[in-house]
Amino acid sequence: MSLSGATAGELLLRLERGDLTAVEITAGYLDAIAARDGRVQAFLSVNRDEALRQATEIDSRRQRGAPVGKLAGLPVAVKDVICAKGQKTTCASKMLQNFVPPYDAHVITRLRDEDAVLIGRTNMDEFAMGSSTENSAFQVTKNPWNLSHAPGGSSGGSAAAVAAGMSPFSLGSDTGGSIRQPAGFCGVVGIKPTYGRVSRYGLVAFASSLDQIGPFANDVHGAALLLEAIAGRDPRDSTSVDMPVPKYAATVDEPLAGLKIGVAKEHFVAGLNVEVEAAVMAALDVYRKLGAEVKEVSLPHSKYSVAVYYIVCASEASSNLARYDGVHYGHRAESFKDMIDMFCRTRGEGFGAEVKRRIMLGTYALSAGYYDAYYLKALKVRRLIRQDYDEAFKSVDVIVSPSSPTPAFKIGELVDDPLSMYLQDIYTISANLAGLPGIVLPAGFSSSGLPIGLQLQGPAFAEERLLRAARMYERETDWHRRHPELPRG
Amino acid sequence: MNHTVIIGLEVHVQLQTKSKIFCGCSADFNPDHPNVQTCPVCLGLPGALPVMNREAFELGVKTALALNCEISSYTKWDRKHYYYPDLPKGFQISQFDLPFSEDGFLEIETNPETGERRRIGIIRAHLEEDAGKNLHDDAGRSDSQVDLNRAGTPLLEIVSQPDMRTAAEATKYLQELRLLLTYLGVSDCNMQEGSLRCDANVNLHIHQDDGHKVPTPIVEVKNLNSFRNVEIALEYEVQRQLEAFKATGIKFGDKGGHKTTRGFDAGTGKTTPQREKEDSADYRYFPDPDLLPVTVTEDYISSVREALPEFPADRRKRFVAAYQLSDYDVQVIVDQGRGFGDYFEEVAKLCGDGKQACNWVTQDILRELKERKLEFSEFPISAPVLGDLLGRITKKKLTTKSAREIFMDLLDGNGASTARIDEIIAAKGLAIVEDTGAIEKVIATVIDKNAKAVADFKAGKQAAVGALIGQVMREVKGADPQKVREMLIAALSQR
Repeated sequence: MSLSGATAGELLLRLERGDLTAVEITAGYLDAIAARDGRVQAFLSVNRDEALRQATEIDSRRQRGAPVGKLAGLPVAVKDVICAKGQKTTCASKMLQNFVPPYDAHVITRLRDEDAVLIGRTNMDEFAMGSSTENSAFQVTKNPWNLSHAPGGSSGGSAAAVAAGMSPFSLGSDTGGSIRQPAGFCGVVGIKPTYGRVSRYGLVAFASSLDQIGPFANDVHGAALLLEAIAGRDPRDSTSVDMPVPKYAATVDEPLAGLKIGVAKEHFVAGLNVEVEAAVMAALDVYRKLGAEVKEVSLPHSKYSVAVYYIVCASEASSNLARYDGVHYGHRAESFKDMIDMFCRTRGEGFGAEVKRRIMLGTYALSAGYYDAYYLKALKVRRLIRQDYDEAFKSVDVIVSPSSPTPAFKIGELVDDPLSMYLQDIYTISANLAGLPGIVLPAGFSSSGLPIGLQLQGPAFAEERLLRAARMYERETDWHRRHPELPRG
Repeated sequence: MNHTVIIGLEVHVQLQTKSKIFCGCSADFNPDHPNVQTCPVCLGLPGALPVMNREAFELGVKTALALNCEISSYTKWDRKHYYYPDLPKGFQISQFDLPFSEDGFLEIETNPETGERRRIGIIRAHLEEDAGKNLHDDAGRSDSQVDLNRAGTPLLEIVSQPDMRTAAEATKYLQELRLLLTYLGVSDCNMQEGSLRCDANVNLHIHQDDGHKVPTPIVEVKNLNSFRNVEIALEYEVQRQLEAFKATGIKFGDKGGHKTTRGFDAGTGKTTPQREKEDSADYRYFPDPDLLPVTVTEDYISSVREALPEFPADRRKRFVAAYQLSDYDVQVIVDQGRGFGDYFEEVAKLCGDGKQACNWVTQDILRELKERKLEFSEFPISAPVLGDLLGRITKKKLTTKSAREIFMDLLDGNGASTARIDEIIAAKGLAIVEDTGAIEKVIATVIDKNAKAVADFKAGKQAAVGALIGQVMREVKGADPQKVREMLIAALSQR
């Protein structure tokens, strides 16, 4: 049976009606992985036996009439940066190649509580540092729409897995656009929630003040379902916020009357691909037809966002990654002279080039004598970036923009040009710096057949608004119904 | 060469919380079972996050208030980075530029003869997590190992001003601080187990003929794990710096005159240089993004302040006034700790005689504790029982001598209750005989038997009475010797 292209909502309906079982669904996706992932290489590991065992158990509970969770029987692929007890969590790094966490991340606990089936672990840029998934120590994930193109990153595996029909939804993490940019590249829906909306407990830290876990799905409703399952206060994460979680999936189909859309003039400047710009303009027309008002807004400090981001994220990364020293777990150099030599060799061998680059950048920025000029200054500008948004959201409900300046670039195209790679995140980074939510959804295709993403950003904790606004557009278009031509399982 | 000694202390106190400062693991001292009190948070596993322990914060505030510190309304946590195997995250969560408390003082007695006291300034007190412990095989036969049971236990770092001028003053400061901490109940201050650790910064100001002073290079002396070691190490260090200056003339700030670290070796009584880092340490402090800043309200500070116990310094003043005791006696009582002072006060109230209670607790009890190698908490006679015993002296139902005999019996391991006091009195016939008729009979017999003594008395030799008292007392156990004396003199006078 082909499940390819089925949305999470459709699968749930069929499960509840009884014309599909969790085992059938799980087996179907496992078959799809077996048939397609040899080419896409989205998965680092597939939990075949455990997923089927979990599905069997869920089916038997459903048959008995015992209670089951809200996602009962739906497979979820998880980015390999989120700890799951007993499942290798490598962060696509040689450093953690054999690391098996003894505990579940909060989101994994939530998924288990809702009876989602943990189908496998997806590829990523090492420690979530990158925009192409080429920085994985293990494999290069391909964009399912064109295998010579990158899926984006750092959550490229999770985006490609959904785009290629190998999972109805997946989890990623977004520090500067790592969910939204690959969602745009792969033509799926991705959400970066408000900072504090989803617990980071068990998310291997890259940049703690920016990281958020979020969902990928092949439609807005699916993303709403998964976000609803993972959001909410967790006392183990001091930065998680105690706010009630709205019923996103229940309200997603309700259009917003009198929607005011902001368009930031700073977003439409040199470097923006003409086809991407045209797609965004066309999307604005769709909204206008739905009765929305489109207004220009200004985010004057957004031009500093990439500079601020690379100081903040690198500084925090240099600290967060200090624990990988070869002493207690993870890679340890085989031969060394003394303790210091062991630390140096272990880290020299265990980390890839991009990770080392950022550790060095961050170490420099935090050094005595430089802290005020770099880190402290970056924090000040970061506040100004947030104030820009606060000001803009006084007059509009959401801000619409591209998700990245171009459609998916070719694999290898930017690997030797870190600065161009960093500019991939120019439309997404500000939301992380400001702690605000953003959603990306498919909004067309380039002339070469690559997906184009549309981003909607909102004020803090306005995920419900973003989902409903995104759904208004999705309902009028069929981009999300298109699927890449890949060998079928 | 005239000089002034400049000493400042950095004291690390392990706070007595149930759980660690950023996770739920037990904070108990448990060196025999390594790594059992650990979890993903204190192991520094990928993805684990810290959550502040409110109890640790409160104990910190309590201590800072007792040290007369200002409590900040806003404080935050910072990461201090360095690589060491006992530091699982590669950084220690500490407080850098905004500690929760600053600018206090602790008063110490600087001259026992005159009772002169002086305030030692406290620069700051801040909270941080402890590291684990590296375990080395001294024989070098196996790899070193790391025990992370201690990793994440709450530490309070108390940094004094360089206000101490002698090694003895430094020791005094440390003792007074320890006393205060134990009064507050925030730490057991066990130096052997490492719950009170002390580093000292010391240098000299050499007086020049023209009146100005030249500082010697500052030395941080580490590993001072007993009061005695603090004193020995500092005395050694002062001598060493003096000789080094005489030999080289190198002053602080000169080439070769930067601050250095030396370790104290209790075996030799000397300090030795510790391995110098090639560059000055750069800990790359920055605010911990995983922890929220802490806002402290006036209400919170008031509620902690209200729950503070009486401080040792206040107790000393009060005891002097309330029980008419000498400064010295009060010092002895209060310095024994809060429980000992409480005990004294209860005994004093029960027996109605502070001076008597003081004599017993400072002499008899301390002597017995020492001889029996007991902690005060193990002392078998409770305050109500001793109060009852001493009350019988005050009420003239027992002689002091009999009470001592009973006191020793109560320590023999067969129980120490008021009922047992009654039993011992009955068994040994120690009750003061108030039956004057019985005493008169004995006196008459004794006088009859001692014609010479009677004659001596009549001849004006008062000393003759003494021998007779002894004889009477032997016959009537429990008689009040003063009473017997009076009755004897009366009887002799009538002869």
